[in-house]
Amino acid sequence: MAAEQLDEIDAYRTMWRIRLFEEAVEDLYGRGMMHGTMHLSIGQEAVPTGACAALKEGDQITSTHRGHGHCIAKGADLGRSMAELLARDNGYCRGRGGSMHIADVATGNLGANGIVAGGPPIAAGAALSNQLRGTDQVCLCFHGDGAVGEGAWHEALTLASMWQLPVVFICENNKYGMSMSSEKAFKVEHLSEKAAAYGIPGLTVDGNDVEAVFESVNTAVERARAGGGPTFIEALTYRWRGHSKSDKNLYRTREEIAQWRAHDPIAAYAAVLLERDTATQEELNAVADEVRTEIRDAVRFGTQGDEPTVEAMLAGVYAPSPVDARELGARA
Amino acid sequence: MSDLRTMTYAEAVREAMATAMTNDDRVFLMGEDVGVYGGAFGVTNDLYERFGTDRVRDTTISELGIVGMGVGAALTGMRPIVEIQFSDFLCQAMDQVVNQAAKLHFMVGGQADVPLVIRTPGGSGTGAAAQHSQSLEAWFAHIPGLKVVMPSNATDAGSLLLAALEDPNPVLVLEHKLLYKQSFEVPAEFPRAHLGEGRIEREGTDLTIVATSIEVQRSVQAAEQLAQSGISAEVIDPRTIKPLDLPLILDSVSRTGRVLLVQESAKFGGFMAEVSASIAESPAFGDLQAPIKRLCGLDTPIPYSPKLERASVPQVEDIVAAASALVGEW
Ligand SMILES: Cc1ncc(C[n+]2csc(CCOP(=O)(O)OP(=O)(O)O)c2C)c(N)n1
Ligand SMILES: [Mg+2]
Repeated sequence: MAAEQLDEIDAYRTMWRIRLFEEAVEDLYGRGMMHGTMHLSIGQEAVPTGACAALKEGDQITSTHRGHGHCIAKGADLGRSMAELLARDNGYCRGRGGSMHIADVATGNLGANGIVAGGPPIAAGAALSNQLRGTDQVCLCFHGDGAVGEGAWHEALTLASMWQLPVVFICENNKYGMSMSSEKAFKVEHLSEKAAAYGIPGLTVDGNDVEAVFESVNTAVERARAGGGPTFIEALTYRWRGHSKSDKNLYRTREEIAQWRAHDPIAAYAAVLLERDTATQEELNAVADEVRTEIRDAVRFGTQGDEPTVEAMLAGVYAPSPVDARELGARA
Repeated sequence: MSDLRTMTYAEAVREAMATAMTNDDRVFLMGEDVGVYGGAFGVTNDLYERFGTDRVRDTTISELGIVGMGVGAALTGMRPIVEIQFSDFLCQAMDQVVNQAAKLHFMVGGQADVPLVIRTPGGSGTGAAAQHSQSLEAWFAHIPGLKVVMPSNATDAGSLLLAALEDPNPVLVLEHKLLYKQSFEVPAEFPRAHLGEGRIEREGTDLTIVATSIEVQRSVQAAEQLAQSGISAEVIDPRTIKPLDLPLILDSVSRTGRVLLVQESAKFGGFMAEVSASIAESPAFGDLQAPIKRLCGLDTPIPYSPKLERASVPQVEDIVAAASALVGEW
């Protein structure tokens, strides 16, 4: 069921899942147990958590290169996610995809994406399919501020608007696309102003406030489900870590990072929950401890997975066709 | 002989860009994170401090836009260098590369040139998976009007970039991300190079290995191992794949009578298919003592797993095995 109200403890738990999953990933990477590149969303947990809480079963998401949080908030299994990052056969993509390509199509996670703005047209296409198939599914498209610079983003919004498709674009404006400051890049005060160009609603919310994200996405999703077309939501947030491992953080100041770290979305929400008497400090601590155990289990699940094989990889390039042309050839 | 110095491939590219910008006011650089970040692979590093943000321009994430602006600037008297962060993102810019840059000079009857240089890293080996590891050279070499360069060492990275900047045509320079941090012995000044001039990287008499980009050094290493078992392999680096130094390859093949063609990208429709067909069409075909052999990447997107990734493209041991078979069985 779509949540009319956010389940507060669930949301708190999800944010911890994302945070601790990524801390574990960072640690494994630092110890040389994980390879490749990775993009951490530590500090941004409230956006996917609040946004995905507004979805119901069957709804879809498209994600980005910084996608661990989106996947976890959409309900991805921590073990299979960790196994994928550890390049094991029991990972979501059988070790072929890694951090930038986690997908769980059966549950509506149409996939992370290594290509900036690779997702928006796909999300619009899924929404078109929802419309054509007459379902009430909604697709939520996560993308960064940097994606707004790509032609693909504009094309997706143009088409989604023309056909009033059930898609919600949620822009995680974490102030930078790699080193390019979004303030420098885009001469509007709020990226949400761009929505006007497509004739769709646009709004800017505090992306470190999980409830504000939930409320705005929930309204947009309901609107989309009812045939009201797309919405563009800009969620203001900040990534604490560098863009990826190659980042020397030369384009921003230590003070700026410290300022945003002081607005930790998880700590802020804990304070709200205590203030409201929703939970005691002990109960909140217990949530984090439970998640810590989940993450430990996930790492164990991943490290115990088998190495993938070349044979299976080669057999996995094409989906099996109903008739193999080589068989036809053999008959001729 | 000029004095040799040690520098990385990335440093060589940077020095060549600095030289070009110093000598020619028309040269400027555009790309994502080429300024204060120093480039995703650290190639541009401090260039923005040395030449200023007018000439080292950080762009938004807009590959089609920046390549197109490169075309427009080149058309009107500038000498732009566009850096595309990963060669995979040329897919975003394809219209401007293929429909515009490549064809303009021809379509307007020679009224204008497009002296645009696009630099971009290709290749696998970093665990960046399928959308950040491709080798797309064959696509571009297939397009009349484009030139395609694949430097395999630091000297070539510098020399060929300078040659590309002197060329009145759009030139795509496909660098290799595994080479960036490697150190090479480099002459005090980059020797003048010409697009379309290959090089015999190592001389030999029993077989010819033609290899591109990272596979050149793997082939040289393989040749050294082969020498220990009494096989003398000649290694040829075409350096530019379009235009291609076919006479150099054909002459070598005629002398050795055997040829192994090594590329990182998948075999089907790849660049070495072109080399293979050109050998087969030439008189050198009559000198062959063994069928032409291609050793290429597997027919798969580049996988994330380090084990699978390594298995997907030719390694030194694969080259040794293929070369030994070619000599031993024929
Ligand atoms: C088409 C394309 N261009 C460039 C890149 C390299 N790249 C990866 S992420 C990134 C920055 C993206 O910024 P943003 O959309 O704001 O997302 P964030 O990283 O801040 O989450 C860049 C330039 C890419 N992956 N794809
Ligand atoms: Mg961003």
